[in-house]
Amino acid sequence: MAELSDRLLFVTVLLYALAMLAFAGAAAGSRSKVVTGAAGRPARVLVGSGAPVDERAPAPAVRSGGATRAGRVGIALTGLGWVVHVASVVTRGVAADRVPWGNMYEFSSCAALTAVTAFLVLLHRRRVDATVGAFVMVPVTLYLGLAGTVLYTEAGPLVPALNSYWIKIHVAAAVAASGAFLLSGVVALLYLLRDRYDTMVARGRTPAFPLSLGRSLPPAPSLDRAAYAVIAFAFPVWTFAIIAGAIWAEAAWGRYWGWDPKETWSFITWVLYACYLHARATAGWKGRKSAWVAVAAAAALIIDYYVVNIFVVGLHSYA
Amino acid sequence: MTALQHETAQQARVDADAERLSTAPQPAPPPARGQRAHPFRQAWRQLTSMRTALLLLFLLALASVPGGFIPQRSLNPVEVQKYVTDHPSLAPVLDALSLFDVFAAPWFAAIYLLLFISLVGCLVPRIRLHARALRTKPPQLPRSLARLPASDRWETDAEPAEALAAARTVLKRWRTVERPGGVSAEKGYLRESGNLLFHVSLVVLLVGIALGALYGFKATVLVKDGDGFANTVLAYDDINPGRRFSPDRLEPFDLTLREFKATYAEDGKALTFDAHVEWSAGPGEPRQDYDIRVNHPLAVGDAKVYLIGHGYAPRVVVRDRAGNELRQTVPCLPQDAKFVSSCTIKVPNALNADGSPDQLGFEGVFTPTTAQDPQTGRVTSVFPAADNPALTVVGFRGDLGLDVGETQSVYSLDKTDLTQIDAPPQGLRPGDTWQLPGGGSLTYESTAEWATFQVTQDPGKGLALVASCGMVLGLLLSLFVRRRRVWVRVTGPAGGTAAAGPTVIHAGSAPAPTGGTLIEVGGLARTDHEAFATEFAALTGRLREAAGSRPVASTPAGPAPARSEHPTGATAGG
Ligand code: HEM
Repeated sequence: MAELSDRLLFVTVLLYALAMLAFAGAAAGSRSKVVTGAAGRPARVLVGSGAPVDERAPAPAVRSGGATRAGRVGIALTGLGWVVHVASVVTRGVAADRVPWGNMYEFSSCAALTAVTAFLVLLHRRRVDATVGAFVMVPVTLYLGLAGTVLYTEAGPLVPALNSYWIKIHVAAAVAASGAFLLSGVVALLYLLRDRYDTMVARGRTPAFPLSLGRSLPPAPSLDRAAYAVIAFAFPVWTFAIIAGAIWAEAAWGRYWGWDPKETWSFITWVLYACYLHARATAGWKGRKSAWVAVAAAAALIIDYYVVNIFVVGLHSYA
Repeated sequence: MTALQHETAQQARVDADAERLSTAPQPAPPPARGQRAHPFRQAWRQLTSMRTALLLLFLLALASVPGGFIPQRSLNPVEVQKYVTDHPSLAPVLDALSLFDVFAAPWFAAIYLLLFISLVGCLVPRIRLHARALRTKPPQLPRSLARLPASDRWETDAEPAEALAAARTVLKRWRTVERPGGVSAEKGYLRESGNLLFHVSLVVLLVGIALGALYGFKATVLVKDGDGFANTVLAYDDINPGRRFSPDRLEPFDLTLREFKATYAEDGKALTFDAHVEWSAGPGEPRQDYDIRVNHPLAVGDAKVYLIGHGYAPRVVVRDRAGNELRQTVPCLPQDAKFVSSCTIKVPNALNADGSPDQLGFEGVFTPTTAQDPQTGRVTSVFPAADNPALTVVGFRGDLGLDVGETQSVYSLDKTDLTQIDAPPQGLRPGDTWQLPGGGSLTYESTAEWATFQVTQDPGKGLALVASCGMVLGLLLSLFVRRRRVWVRVTGPAGGTAAAGPTVIHAGSAPAPTGGTLIEVGGLARTDHEAFATEFAALTGRLREAAGSRPVASTPAGPAPARSEHPTGATAGG
């Protein structure tokens, strides 16, 4: 069963990589058309400003630029990869006879799964379109590929500290939130890219690679809102994960909070996302600056998972 | 001020009120000429502004970073000591900056105290504003509905009063009020309530944490199989009370360790730890059995007993030169994952045959599954369970130095006045006896285990948990409930408005050109404008049905009506 799970993961990476290529084709094929609003007049697409000008107007609905054939193929491949990915995670759980998020490898695989899930939800709700697909699937594929090789761990039982009712809840929530946060980090970066591109075009300059990639992306306000939507979902989940972790720590270690490096970085991540939500409600911080905060918060999350686990000793035992 | 100016100013205020959907502190207006705010007021306003809150939150994140990289005394004093030895020139600088105690540092406290002062200062007026908003009716109709983010207008043959009634029916689930000219409606007050609940819970959480830090205590004790302890300050090896802790708050329980048991997987990873104990809640209370495991502490009243460590304790018998048998169970400290453990045996009561003191000391290594390291040839352990235990010791005679005032660790020998017994290290199996050269003997009888327990009492814990639940609930409401307003203006054929009250002539609402009743609808939402656009379209659709419509020649002014041909999502959005 464990072997089956590994093979399925391999197939998943392959499908995601193919999806990535299809998306890249879709992006290359799409041109920056003038987005037209409902009344047939050009909608107010912001050009050359860090902040969406009229915050309150509905963002121009994302044009279905991804409705090209390549885009559809990309979405289909991603969906197929998602199904195989779910199967890989489930068989892993069956093989180890426990929840499939007990070590760093399993953790990363689940986080990638939630990131892809969140991406599919955004696509479904037309928050973004297939043109962002390549930008999302490149990091997802790399991430999953690295998880399956560098971090790979044989399926086995849990160390006693991890063997609790609360870990299931705590880690599940942490994984769900992290996958979504990582996706929001990518979308925030795409927002910044598109925004830079628009600024340059507005100044009459021709953006060179890699800024020229911005041309095929959805309008900046759509990306800004997509990033917010994902973070607004993930932040309460992350908050809950930290609280569940504190309850678990209270049962396992006799204190609910002890500034263990892992706890410290989860806290930093949490505060930075709180900063992001605040920034969006603070005059002068909307748009570009809050997008940078979202990127910084995602960086803190990555430190929390990888740098702390590998380089800093703490109580959290994932080996 | 002329009457006209006055009216315009009033209308501007109405328009501003209409669009205000949050109690968030607003950026300060430029001070009026000749009138300067009191410096204290100004500073307070600054401190409780959104910008300052953001800045302080950033600082809080930034200040925590060193705590995430540099070893911390509260957590790992050994690691800090190592760091200090490894970085002799850098460490004193870090220490002076409290970087080994980040979370107890004065500058860290300064940041979070300022943040919470700012929070309270910002919350009080917000709560007052919101309480008022909950009691007041939705605001007046703004001058021009067409200028709002979502708007629509059409004409109908229905009478103005009928149109108005239709609007109220369509807006049944909203809080509505009839205003001069039409209807104002509002929904989603829970968003602001949730936001306030979240921020209030943050304050309560801090109070809970502070209570625990001031009135709580934490202590550890090592207990060997068969031994026990009573919950008194003296019983503990290490105690860490809060500043306001008093010993009479200790629960009067006592506890005996019956047996400690660990199981391991084949690769030596621990599977389970289980401390079987017998305890009673106080003198005269019945004795009860309990298994303390990882994640499964014993709760006695306010206190909790956790299992935090374990190790081996060989039972030894020392015979001195006088023939006395001195029994001990010696806790050994584990050195690695396979439980190679270091043991120190002190026998202060050993005597010579003539009755004079002849103190004995031993240093040794306990190995639970003993093997020889093929490279170094030294004794080592290959598995953490006691499958093939051995105790390898060297002995000392003389003065253990226990009478000198200083307290001495039980885990090391002070060898100043000791001489080594002239013999190679002895490897003993259970039952083996080492006849000491010069008289006396050491017998390794059997192997016991020990467990360390941590006892904590945290009176702020419950409050912190309640606050945490409040935070999550508040966040969910605040991030997923949408606050929005809708206005319907009905203008009769003659240009008079439908509702009772003074007839107001509104800019932007000229009488319906074709002589029917003009219906104008406008709305705005605080967040997720896509979802609102969909909702708004559905709303106007229903109103068209209810109030009737006839084709209008003129197109609405202002932004495009929020008729969305692209389905949009329904989650929260910016
Ligand atoms: C203790 C530190 C603080 C934390 C962790 C924090 C966290 C948050 C979070 C996560 C949000 C977004 C979720 C929501 O809308 O409810 C938020 C919103 C908000 N916070 Fe804070 N906050 C803190 C302090 C403050 C302070 C000091 C102020 C006052 C200046 C403040 C005012 C606000 C306001 C007005 C909003 C609503 C923004 C909006 O309407 O979108 N917060 N806060």
